[in-house]
Amino acid sequence: MGEAKKYPAPVTNPETAAFWDAAKQGKFMIKRCTACGEAHYFPRSICPFCYSDKTVWEEASGEGTIYTYSLMRKSPTGPYAIGYVTLKEGPSVQTNFVDCDLEKLKIGQKVKVVFKPTDGAPLPFFTVA
Amino acid sequence: MTIKGKAYIAGIYEHPTRHAPDKSTAQLHAEVAKGAIEDAGISKDDVDGYFCAGDAPGGAWPMVDYLGLNTKKLRHVDSTETGGCSYIIHLGHAAEAIAAGKCSIALITLAGKPRTGAMPPRAAGAEADFESAYGATTHNAYGMCAMRHMHDYGTTSEQLAWIKVAASHHAQYNPHAMLKDVVTVEDVLNSPMISDPLHRMDCCVVSDGGGALIVTTPEIAKSLKKPLVKLIGHGEAMKGPRGGKDLDLTYSAGIWSGPRAFEEAGVTPKDIKYASIYDSFTITVLMQLEDLGFCRKGEGGKFVADGNLISGVGKLPFNTDGGGLCSNHPVNRGGMTKIIEAVRQLRGEAHPKVQVKNCDLAIAHGTGGLLGVRHAASTAILERV
Repeated sequence: MGEAKKYPAPVTNPETAAFWDAAKQGKFMIKRCTACGEAHYFPRSICPFCYSDKTVWEEASGEGTIYTYSLMRKSPTGPYAIGYVTLKEGPSVQTNFVDCDLEKLKIGQKVKVVFKPTDGAPLPFFTVA
Repeated sequence: MTIKGKAYIAGIYEHPTRHAPDKSTAQLHAEVAKGAIEDAGISKDDVDGYFCAGDAPGGAWPMVDYLGLNTKKLRHVDSTETGGCSYIIHLGHAAEAIAAGKCSIALITLAGKPRTGAMPPRAAGAEADFESAYGATTHNAYGMCAMRHMHDYGTTSEQLAWIKVAASHHAQYNPHAMLKDVVTVEDVLNSPMISDPLHRMDCCVVSDGGGALIVTTPEIAKSLKKPLVKLIGHGEAMKGPRGGKDLDLTYSAGIWSGPRAFEEAGVTPKDIKYASIYDSFTITVLMQLEDLGFCRKGEGGKFVADGNLISGVGKLPFNTDGGGLCSNHPVNRGGMTKIIEAVRQLRGEAHPKVQVKNCDLAIAHGTGGLLGVRHAASTAILERV
């Protein structure tokens, strides 16, 4: 079902363009604040924790664990599983799980990032590691 | 400064319709406004404050014009939009405006037709590129909360099912309820899985309709003929993933709005005789009961089991109109009907089979947005004078 599903292209904007440029090279980026040291996602120019503007792009490992998920049994494009992944680097990110048995997902399971094409920049998803 | 006792709910009206393909949305707003104005026993020309949310076609100024409100008199408007709890927030804001002398008779309306046709999408937030492709819906967003709650606290589908069972016991006495059949825990567990772990019967109905309130000063309320219901505490709050740090989907913004309202009211959850709790899904109720302090975090499952929410049976009668799970969910927004049923209970106007005896203190609590993503919450504590 993954092949058939068409995902919308990100609109992008000046604040997030670097994320999508990196995605085109298969890199999954997060933002880290050099003032307070905290990483966050989705990326902002101003740190949402300490309000410093000293945030920098950082390539994430793309590895994490499932915080939670829910398998939507029916939709116009078939079943899909939404969830949150807690990245090795700390932040939790919303995603879909793809290219794996959706009936066997488990909280705490190790997953890794995988990009899926759109008409624009590719979108990050996660699959079982 | 407090709003405690500064404002009374003098008029309520819930539209009896559950499906209105033959009416316009603006018309439904007018019908509920007329209903609440007549219930209060005032004239529309007395209204000097108007409150509406995103469901009002065109927003406040087209609605004020369409409704024919007295623009020589109207001096306060508020179109705060926080999804399903907008109207509970409006109630608090109306009390603030009344306490500050900015208006004296406030009208709050909600109406719409999601059963007749799909609602327009909400405007995109800054998160859109990083979330919209993943298909978050109400079902799976609340499913994610339930899944984690079960993981962290051992909450079960059977326990969640008791919330629907209690709502169905109440709905059997509501002639307008969409689902009047009493259901069992087994019925809920045997209903199709929609988005794990939520079954179809864990989900609320989709209905057209609406409701309205008249909020006024103590002096004006006392000059009218309705039993006196005053607002004694109010809270509002918001919560989101805040950059993904320490994500915890097992609690909601109710954990902040609830204590704010209780503190202002000077009462505790133990004092509450009746609770209107937004029931978009069974898990919504369970999490709110914990967040509001009716039981400890993680013990909601035990609290709701065995009919504890059924009027006349359990310790905390809830949603005695059948709530969103059985009666209606106008415009996919449950906040308005939560206030209306709480006022009915305090007035002694609930159905005799579900009327709580000596009901002098009630809570109306709701959330808006998606608990599993980002949302608002609002809590109102109401007292019969």
